[in-house]
Parts: sequence; structure tokens; C-alpha cells
Amino acid sequence: MSFTLLAEQTLNGLQFGVMLFLMAAGLTLVFGVMGLINLAHGSLYMVGAFAAAAVAGATGSFLLGLVASLVCAAFAGVLIEVLVIRRLYERDHLEQVLATFALILIFSEGTRWVFGSFPLFLDTPAWLGGTVTLPFGIVYPVYRLAIILVGLAVALGLFWMIARTRIGIRIRAGENDREMIAALGVNISLLYTFVFALGAALAGFAGAMIGAIQSVQVGMGEPVLILAFVVIVIGGIGSIKGAFVGALLVGLTETLGRFLLPEFFKLLMEPSAAISVGASLASMSIYLLMAAVLLFRPRGLFGSA
Amino acid sequence: MKIQPDAAQFPLAFKTVVLAGFKAAKPEVLLNAALMLALLAVPLWAWFADEPFLITLTTRAVIFAIAGVGLNFALGFGGLVSLGHAAFFGLGGYVMGVLAYHAQTYTALLDWPFVIEGSRSMLVIWLVAILLSALLALGIGALSLRTSGVYFIMITLAFAQMLYYFAISWPAYGGEDGLSIYVRNSFPGLNTMAPIQFFAICFVLLILVLLLVKFLARSAFGLALGAARQNEERVQAVGQMPYRLYLIAFMISGSITGLAGALFADLNRFVSPTMFSWQTSGEIMVFVILGGVGRVFGPVAGAALFILLEHSLGGLSDYWHVYLGAILLGVVLFARGGLYGMLTGREAAHD
Repeated sequence: MSFTLLAEQTLNGLQFGVMLFLMAAGLTLVFGVMGLINLAHGSLYMVGAFAAAAVAGATGSFLLGLVASLVCAAFAGVLIEVLVIRRLYERDHLEQVLATFALILIFSEGTRWVFGSFPLFLDTPAWLGGTVTLPFGIVYPVYRLAIILVGLAVALGLFWMIARTRIGIRIRAGENDREMIAALGVNISLLYTFVFALGAALAGFAGAMIGAIQSVQVGMGEPVLILAFVVIVIGGIGSIKGAFVGALLVGLTETLGRFLLPEFFKLLMEPSAAISVGASLASMSIYLLMAAVLLFRPRGLFGSA
Repeated sequence: MKIQPDAAQFPLAFKTVVLAGFKAAKPEVLLNAALMLALLAVPLWAWFADEPFLITLTTRAVIFAIAGVGLNFALGFGGLVSLGHAAFFGLGGYVMGVLAYHAQTYTALLDWPFVIEGSRSMLVIWLVAILLSALLALGIGALSLRTSGVYFIMITLAFAQMLYYFAISWPAYGGEDGLSIYVRNSFPGLNTMAPIQFFAICFVLLILVLLLVKFLARSAFGLALGAARQNEERVQAVGQMPYRLYLIAFMISGSITGLAGALFADLNRFVSPTMFSWQTSGEIMVFVILGGVGRVFGPVAGAALFILLEHSLGGLSDYWHVYLGAILLGVVLFARGGLYGMLTGREAAHD
């Protein structure tokens, strides 16, 4: 185990964490503002990835694919918000879970209907291919580095929007007191649709970015969705800052655990046993992290008590 | 007041009971009876008509019903929206798989510090499945009940997912491929490989579980639990601890679903990580909702309806989940209270 390998894995963890943040940010915003738990958020991630793969495949342009992922996911978001989600704000969480579970079924099978069961592939563009040598002799793929930078830029943009712009003020006001801002003349249902579409676009964008590293297939969204739930539980529901810290924690724990735990057990036992024990423990590591956070802070690191 | 059952009074008392029974025969009771009769009649007819597939299909419905009754105890009576009951369903399945695997290969499960052998006996497997599921529910519940509402949903989902990944990455018992068992486990006096006899076992277990839940719901514990769901502060004020009530309810709920998992694995003679997947958790919840939350027999109706839909829509199109999704959406948005709510004309089971 060398320093460069460790550094590379740390960067991978960072990359994973940044993408998880894009997922978790939408979920936590939608919960914070509308009080809605949305299981179909993973489907929007999938919609983004499929839109990007289809458009990039047809036009040959990766950038157009990214634009398509944003537009299609946001559009799908607006569509389900207006048709279904809007009716669920006043319902209890159980009904929200069920209705959005139904949406997952419809989205997944619908996508399988249109695109078939075989995975699509989204190629990284040539201008983001190859590797780059970072300081200390760390060799790292350009595309993954680009994901980290773009993800951080989007995160900064989101923080700026929430903290500094008029729409951000309205979103925060909506979290605190929806009747009051409705009384002040803000079109609350338009605001809700916007927040939902924003979360959808972020999820779709994350799906497209990850789609170029992994294959684009039906059911790709739900494992990420559940990880995003873990992120939110760790960070505290409704807190964007919590989502950011939680996402990086989960991303780093997951990636480094997978890398370090087998190495660690190799010191104690024979290699083949070490790899299987290490891999099993690594697969549980983020959930153990979540359990540990729950023990000390049941409302998450940045959750309001 | 105690009724002395002496000879002269007995017919009168009997008459009163029967009359009271008819008075209490609300649509719900009739529906319960019709449902259980149908579940019994279909496989009996299939047995005479020599259609073993239909028996297996009904057995599936009965096992799913047990899993749903388990979840309904936490969800309907305790108000605990657990989206992680696949954890117990899968654990039950793996208890059967692991015990039978060791019995089948004549290897000990554990050599040290004491020897644990595998087993082929259903009774042993059920007992272990129930106990381990209760233990798992104690662990998951103790952590996730520190929170409530939407946190609880996400945390239960996450813990089930943890076990899913653990089952995949643990190579000793098949990993991602799962574990096959050659012969169904044994039950004293019965040939479990005969579909109708295995169905009978599952059906009797379903009745026992329903009776247990009915009894629990009317017991002091069940009443305290229902009260805690409606108003925690008041229950606390009269000296009950909601946390403890919820935890016990969660354990009972988990062990019932664990039993269903062991039966399901025995039905298929196969267990795989799919039993731990989030889809399984979602489907168990669908049984409860389709039938009607908080009604003892609700999940039975839900599971039967689910299997019926799966069977009829599955023949219609490969993409039958789209239709299932649409129906489910319709039920949640427009037919609150599920099948029972629609047929008995009341939306909620209580309060």
C-alpha cells in the first residue's frame, strides 16, 4: 500500500461524496421545504443518465448529453410534481412512501419498455479522457477530477443561491413558515414546483456524470437513493450543510473502507479470508457510521433538535 | 360478573353469544371469513383438479400474508412506518438456507466454542428464525426508535440495505448467487414436498399468527401501543414508556415477518440476497396498504390481491409493474383505506 494509491482512493471517495451530495441536496431540500419523503428521487437520477446516454449517443456530444440530463430530469420532476406529488404534501409519510414507490415501479418498467433491459453506455468525451499528474506524483483520471470540480462548483452555486438570492430567501422562508410567505404574496405552489424541479435536475445531472463511469441501466438509481438517505440521516434532515458533510463522510468511508479494510485484515489472517471478511465489513461500514451518529445525535450532525 | 355455565343456563348463554355474534357480524367480519374461505377453497379445488401450480401460487399468497401481518403489527397498530422489513424476511430465509445447507452437507455450523449442527426440521428452523428476527429487530429498533417519522423510514431502509450488501459480499453461503436446498425441510407426520401439505402448514400458521395479532391488539399491551401511536405524551403521563412499547411491537412484528421468510425460502427451496432487497420491503408494505392499514386481516387481502394482480397482469405484459404502479398510485391517491376501506365503507381502521 503506497501513498499515491491511498491518495487516489481518497480522491475517489471525494468524487463519490460530491455526487452523493447532488442527490442528497435535492432530497433534503424537498423534505425541508415541502415535508415530503421522495423515494422516486432515484428514478430522476436514472432519467438523467438515460437522457444523457441517448442524446450523447445520437449527437456524439457529451455536453449536449449533460444539458439533456438537466432538462429531462427537471421536466420529469415538474411532471410528477404537478400530477402526483402535489397531492401528497398534506398526506402522512406512509402515503408519500407508497405513492413514490409506485412512481419507481412506473419509471423503472417504463424505461425498460422504451430502452430495453440491456445497459446503455455513455462514453467520456475525448477532451476529458486520459490522466493528469497532480502534485506529489499522483496520477488521476481527468474525468473523475472534472466530476469533483464540477460537483464542488454546483455545491457552491447551491449554497450561494440559498443564502444570497431572492429565490433562496423564499425557499428558506418556505421551510420556516409556509402560511406566512403565502400571505405575503409568494406563489407557494410555484415555489414548490421550482424546488422539486431543482432537486430533480441535480439528481439527473449526478446520474449523467456517474453514467459515464458506470453503465446506464434500469434500477441504477435506488442504491444511490438509499445511500443519499444515509447521508441525510447523518447530516440531519433539511440541512444542506449537513448533506454536504454527510455526503463526503459517506463517500470517503465507503471508498476507503473497501480499500483499507481488506488490507487491514491481511495483517491478521490469510489473504483470501482477509479479503472476504474485509469486503463484508466494508459493505456495512457506512451503515455502522450511521448507527454511530444516531447513538450520539439522533437528529443528525446538523439537524435541528 | 361471571356467568356460571350450569346445564340450564347453557343453551341461553349459547344463544346470547350466537345472537351477539350475528349483531357483530359487520361487513368486515364477513369479508374476513370470505377471504379465508377463498384462500382455502382455491388450493383444495386445485388439488382435486391436479393443478399443483395453483396450490403453490396460493401458498405464496399465504406466506406473503404472514409477512404483511407482521409488518402491519408495527405499522398499523404502532404507527411505525418500517421500510426495512426485508431485513427480517431475508434473515428468516437465510436461517432456513444456512441450517438446511449444513444439514445437507453434514457439516457443523460452528465447531467452537460449542458445536452447532445444521437442521432439516421445520420446527427448529422456525424457532431459530423467530428468535433471531426478534433479536435483529431489537438491534435495529433500539437504534431507529431513538428517532421518529421520516428518519425512521430512512433508517430502517438503510439497515435492510446493509444486510443486503452483507449477504452479497459474504461468499460462504453463495454470495450473490444465493443458496439452493435440494429437499424441502421436514415436518413430523407430513410429506412437505406435496404442495397441498405444505400449503396446509402455511395456512395453519397464518391462522395462528392472525389469532395472535388479534389477541395482542385487544390485550393491555395492544391498547397501550395504540394509545402511544395516537398520543405519546398522554401515554407517558400515565406511566407507560412509548419507547419500550414500540420496541416490543417492533420485535413481535419482525419475528412474524422472519417466520414468513423461513417459509418463503422453504417454498422455493432457494434463498438469495433478493429477499433482503429494498423491493421486498416495498412489496411487503404494498400488501399492507392494498389491504388496509391497521386491520388484522388487511394484509391477507392485500397479499392475495397482489398475487392475483401479478398472475393476471404478468400474463398480459412483461412490463406488468407499470400497471401495478398505476393501481397502487390510484389506491394511495383516491382509495384511502385500501381494499378493506373500500368494501367496508370506512376509511381508517380506527381513530
